[in-house]
Amino acid sequence: MSKLDNMRITLRENKLAQIVLLVLFTLVTAAAVYLMERSVTAFLLLLASLLLLYYTSFTNGIKWIIALVLLLVVIPFASSGGTSYDSYMEVATQCGIYVAMALGLNIVVGFAGLLDMGFVAFFAVGAYTYGIFATDQANNFISGDLFPLSGGTFWIFILIGGFMAGIFGILLGLPVLRVKGDYLAIVTLGFGEIIRIIFNNLEKPVNITNGAMGLSSIQPPDLFGFDFTFPHQYYFIVIAILLVVIFAVRRLEHSRLGRSWKAVRENEIAAQSMGIPLIRTKLIAFAIGASFSGMMGVVFAAKQTFIDPTSFTLIESTTILVMVVLGGMGSVPGVILGASLVTILNLQVLTELTNWLNQLSMQGIIEVPNALSPSKMQRFIFGMILILVAIFRPNGLIAAKNRKIPKEVVTGGPHQHHKVPATPISAKANPE
Amino acid sequence: MFASILQTLPQVLIDGLALGAIYAVVALGYTMVYGILELINFAHGEIFMTGAFAGTSVLLLFQSMGWLGSLPAWFSYVLIIFIAMMVTGALGVGIERVAYRPLRKAPKLISLISAFGVSFVLQDLVRFIAELKTGNYIISVPQLFDGRFTLGFSSMTAMFGNATVKTNTIFIFIVAIVLMIGLDIFVNRTKWGGAMRAVAQDRETASLMSINVNKVILLTFFIGSALGGSTGVLFAQQYGTIDPYIGFILGLKAFTAAVLGGIGNIRGAMFGGVVIGVLEMFASANLGIMTGGNFGAEYKDVFAFAILIVVLIFKPEGLFGRAVKEKV
Amino acid sequence: MKGRWNGIVAAVLAVGLLAGCGNGGSTTTTGASSGGSSGSAGGKVIKIATQSPLSGGSSIQGEAIRLGAQMSMEDHKEDFSKLGYSLELVPYDDQGDPKKGVANAEQIGADQAVLGVIGHLNSGVSIPSSVVYEKYNIPMISPASTATEFTDRKLKVANRVVARDDFQGPAAAEYAVKTVGAKKIFVIQDKTAYGQGLAEAFRDKAQELGATIAGYEGITVGEKDFNGVLNIAATQNPDFIFFGGLYAEGGLIIKQARDKGITAPIMGGDALDSSGLVEIAGADVKGSLYSSVAGEIAKMEGGTDWAARYQKEFSKVPEGYSAYAYDSMTIMLDAIKKTLDSSGGEMPSRETVRDAVRATKDFKGIATEVSFDDKGDNSFAKVYIYEFAGDTYPGKLVSEVSQ
Repeated sequence: MSKLDNMRITLRENKLAQIVLLVLFTLVTAAAVYLMERSVTAFLLLLASLLLLYYTSFTNGIKWIIALVLLLVVIPFASSGGTSYDSYMEVATQCGIYVAMALGLNIVVGFAGLLDMGFVAFFAVGAYTYGIFATDQANNFISGDLFPLSGGTFWIFILIGGFMAGIFGILLGLPVLRVKGDYLAIVTLGFGEIIRIIFNNLEKPVNITNGAMGLSSIQPPDLFGFDFTFPHQYYFIVIAILLVVIFAVRRLEHSRLGRSWKAVRENEIAAQSMGIPLIRTKLIAFAIGASFSGMMGVVFAAKQTFIDPTSFTLIESTTILVMVVLGGMGSVPGVILGASLVTILNLQVLTELTNWLNQLSMQGIIEVPNALSPSKMQRFIFGMILILVAIFRPNGLIAAKNRKIPKEVVTGGPHQHHKVPATPISAKANPE
Repeated sequence: MFASILQTLPQVLIDGLALGAIYAVVALGYTMVYGILELINFAHGEIFMTGAFAGTSVLLLFQSMGWLGSLPAWFSYVLIIFIAMMVTGALGVGIERVAYRPLRKAPKLISLISAFGVSFVLQDLVRFIAELKTGNYIISVPQLFDGRFTLGFSSMTAMFGNATVKTNTIFIFIVAIVLMIGLDIFVNRTKWGGAMRAVAQDRETASLMSINVNKVILLTFFIGSALGGSTGVLFAQQYGTIDPYIGFILGLKAFTAAVLGGIGNIRGAMFGGVVIGVLEMFASANLGIMTGGNFGAEYKDVFAFAILIVVLIFKPEGLFGRAVKEKV
Repeated sequence: MKGRWNGIVAAVLAVGLLAGCGNGGSTTTTGASSGGSSGSAGGKVIKIATQSPLSGGSSIQGEAIRLGAQMSMEDHKEDFSKLGYSLELVPYDDQGDPKKGVANAEQIGADQAVLGVIGHLNSGVSIPSSVVYEKYNIPMISPASTATEFTDRKLKVANRVVARDDFQGPAAAEYAVKTVGAKKIFVIQDKTAYGQGLAEAFRDKAQELGATIAGYEGITVGEKDFNGVLNIAATQNPDFIFFGGLYAEGGLIIKQARDKGITAPIMGGDALDSSGLVEIAGADVKGSLYSSVAGEIAKMEGGTDWAARYQKEFSKVPEGYSAYAYDSMTIMLDAIKKTLDSSGGEMPSRETVRDAVRATKDFKGIATEVSFDDKGDNSFAKVYIYEFAGDTYPGKLVSEVSQ
C-alpha cells in the first residue's frame, strides 16, 4: 500500500512522470487501435487518454495543445489503421455532437439552474433549418425553383442554424420566465413535445416540414468542390465546432454573464437585488444554450442526409439531461465526460454487448431471454444513473469548481481572515 | 359547422367525462404529494401504469385458473382494483423511501431528476416482466363488462346525435366518484386527514405538535399511489390494451389537470381532470371541422400542453388555488 | 482531490493489463465480430446482418424479420460449408430510430465479412441507412419498407421484396371501391412515414375511382383512446374506413369503433398483417380487411411445412414479415452463391454481390415471387387482400391484384 502511496505522490509532483505515463498510455492504446482489426476496448481506452490528460498538472495551455494533437492527429490516425475506421469515427462524431449539445444544456441547467426538459427541440430546429433549404422542400413555399441550395451553403447554415435555434430559445424563454423550478421543467417538456408534434404535422396547410415523411436526400456539405460523405470527414467538422463551443463556454463561465447565471441559480431574488437583470440573463442562457444545439443540428442533418421527427423525441431530451447530470451540472469537463460516456454506452457498449450475448445464445452457450438484451435496457440504465447520481453524487463525476481568486485581487476584504486554500474550493454546485 | 359539432356533442361529453374521470383521480395523486412535499412526483404516471399491469395480471391469472366465470364480474372488478391499489400503494411508499426521502433536504432540481429516474426505471421493469411472461409488452386486457347501450339523445331534439355508452364507462364514473368522495371525507373529517393538512401547511410546526411527519408523508404517498393504481385498472378495462409507456403522457395531462385546479387543492384537481378530459375530447373531435381540415385531431396533445403552459404563465395558482407570495 | 491519483494509478494498471493482452495477439473485442478468429468451423466466414427494431413499439415485426432471416440461413448453412464457408447472422437492433440505424450501418460497413443486410422494418430508418450501405456497396433487401422514396433515389444497394406504397395503397382502394362498393370513405392514418404514405396513396386512388373522402384524420402512435377520431367518423357515417398504420393502433381502432356502434368495414395495409391485431381486437376483428404483399403461405409450394417448421423452431406463429425476411435472406444467399460459383470459390467482393442481388429474376419464395427492376423494386409484387372471417390469424384471401 505504501508503495502505491509513494507512486501516487511521485506522480502528483513529478510532471516528467506524468508525461511519460501519458505518452506511454497513448502510444500503447493507439498502437492497439491501429494494429487490431476491430477492438472497441482499445478505442475507448485511446479516448480515455484525454481524461488522463485532464488530470495531469500541466498548465491549461499545454493541456490544450496536447488535446489538439490527440484529437486531430493521434485519434484519426490510429483508427485509420483498420477497416473499422469509419465506425470508430462515427462514434467519435456522434460523441462530439452530443458533447456540444450537453454543453449547451449545461449553460441552461448547470449555470443558470433552469431545468429544461425539451432541449432536443433546438436540435430539431437546427436540423430542419438546413434540411428544408438543402432539399427541394423549400420550393413548396418559396416561389422560383431555387432549391435545393448547394452543399457549399452548409458552412453558412451552421451559423444560421445556431441563430434560428437561438431565436427559438428566446421564444421559449419569454413565456417561461414567469414559471419557476419544477413547473419550468414541465413547461419546457411540453414545449419540446409541441415543437415535435408541429414538425410532424406541418405538411398542411402549407407543406413546410414534409410531416412524418421526413426530408431525404439532404445535400452533403461541400468545400471547394470536395464533398463530405464519410464519418471521418464529419469528424473534423464536429471537432472544429466543438472547439469553438468549448472555448465560448470557458470564456462565458468566468465572465460577468457567467457569474450572473450562477448568482441567479443560487438565489434569484438576491441576484436581482444585486442589480442583475433577471429576464435578460435567463434569456441569454436559453439563447446561447439553444444555439449550440442548433449548430450541431445542421451537422446532424447533413451527416444523416435524412431527418424526420422521430429523431427528436422526449427520450432524446432526457438522454442529454442524463449526460449533464452524470458529468456534473455546471462543470464543463464533467459534462464533456458525461456526454462521451453516455454516447459510447449507447452506441457501442450496449450494441456490442447485445451482439455478444446473441452470439453466445445462438451457439447455445447461455440462454439470455430476449427481453433482457442490454440494448433494450437503455431506459433502465438511464433511470438508474439519474437516481444514483441524485442520491450519492449530486455533483456528478467531476464536480464543478469555482475559479480561485488570489487574496490580493479580492478588494476590500479585511474580514477575510483565512488564508485562501491552495486547493480550489469545491463550490456548492447544486443549482437553486 | 355548428350543426355537426352539436350532433357529436353528447358522445363527446360521455367520452370526455370518462377520460376526465381518469385524469381526475390520477391528478389527486400529484396534488396530494405536491401539497405535502412541494415535489412533482414525476413517477406518478408510471405508478398508474403499474396499477394497470398489476390489475391485468391478476385478471389474467384468474382467467388461466378458470375462476373468472365462477365469480360475478363486479366482484372480480372490485377485487382487482383493490389488489392493484395495494400493490401501487406499497410501490409508492417504497419509491418515497428509496428515491425521495434521502433528498428531502437537497435542492428541488435534484429530487426532480431522481423522480425522472424512477419513472424510467419503472417503465423498463414493467416492460421486462411483461415481455418475459408474454413475449410482447403490449398486453391486451380481457374485458369484464363488454356490454354497451345507446342513449337516445336524438329523441329529445334532432340537433343531438345518439351516444353509445360502454357499461365500463358507468363503472368508471362510480369508482371515480366513490374514491373522490372517500378521499375528501378522509382528508377533511379524520384525524389522519387533519395531520396531513397540518403537515402540508407547515412541516416544522406540525412536528412540534407531535405529528409524525414521516408517517404522514408515507401515508400520503400510499393513498396517492393507490388512487393512481386503481385508475390504471379502470383505464385498462376501458381501452383494452396497455403498454409500459401509457403512463408518461397521461401523467403529464393529469398533472395539467392538477395545475389547472390549483395544485395542492383536492377538489380543484377533480374539477381540473374533468375539464381537461372533456376539452381534449372536444378538440380531437372538432379541431378538423373548426379549422377547415387544416389542423386535425393530431394536434390534440398540443392543445393539452398549451392549456398547461397558458395556465402556468397567467394563473400559476390555478383556478382554485391561493397565490403564494415568494419569500426570500 | 485525494482519491484522484489513486484512481488514476489503478486505471493505468488495469489498462496496462488490458492493452498488454491486446498486443499479445489475442483479441480483446467485446463484440461478436472478431474477424477470422470466430471461424471455429474452419474456413472462411460470410456474415449477413439483419437490422430491425428488436425493442420498442414494433418489436413483434422486428423480431419476425430476424427470425425469418435466421431460419433461411440455417437452411443454407450446409450448402455453404460444402463450399468452404461458414455462415453467420449478425442481428442488429435499430430501435426504429434513424440515428441508431445509421450508426449500426457504419459498424456493419466496417466489418468486411458482412456481405449483405436484411432490413429495415421502418422506411424512415431504411432511407438514411441505405445511403451508408451505398458507400460501402453492401446490398440490402428490405422485407418491409414500402415508402416510395426508398427506391426512388435509384441507389444500387437498395432492394425490397414488398410492394411500394403507391401500388399497395391504390390496390387496396380499388378493392374497396370496386369490390366492396364503398362510396363514402373515412381515412385515418398514424402520422408516421409508413401510415401517411399508404393512406395518401389510398385516398388519392379512391377519389379517382369516384368515392368521396368523408374525412382524413391523424392519430398518435402509442395512444389508447381513439374516441375523438372515431366520433368524427361516426357523425360522417361512412360506409368504409381505411387505416394507415400499425397493428397496435389498428386493433384498438377496430375494437373501439365497434364499441361506438360503427359497423362500416375497416381496412388497413400490410402492417395489420400480424397476429397481434387479432389478439387486441378480439372477436371484433371479424369482417376487417387488410392488404398484404404475401400470398397465402399455405398455398405456396412448401408453405405449410415452412410455417410448421417456423412454429416448431421459435414457438411463435409466423408473421407476414417472417416469410418476407425468409425470402429476402434466401435471395441474398442465392446471389452470394452465384458469385461464389463464378469466382471459383474466392470470397466475393461486395460489389459483385450487390450486382448479383439486383440481377435476381424469377425467384420463387415462400411468400412471394421476386424479380428486381432497375430501381430495386420487386416487379412481381402482387397485392393480396385478406378478410378476417373470424378471430383467427391470418385472414382469408379474398382478392389478388397484379401490378
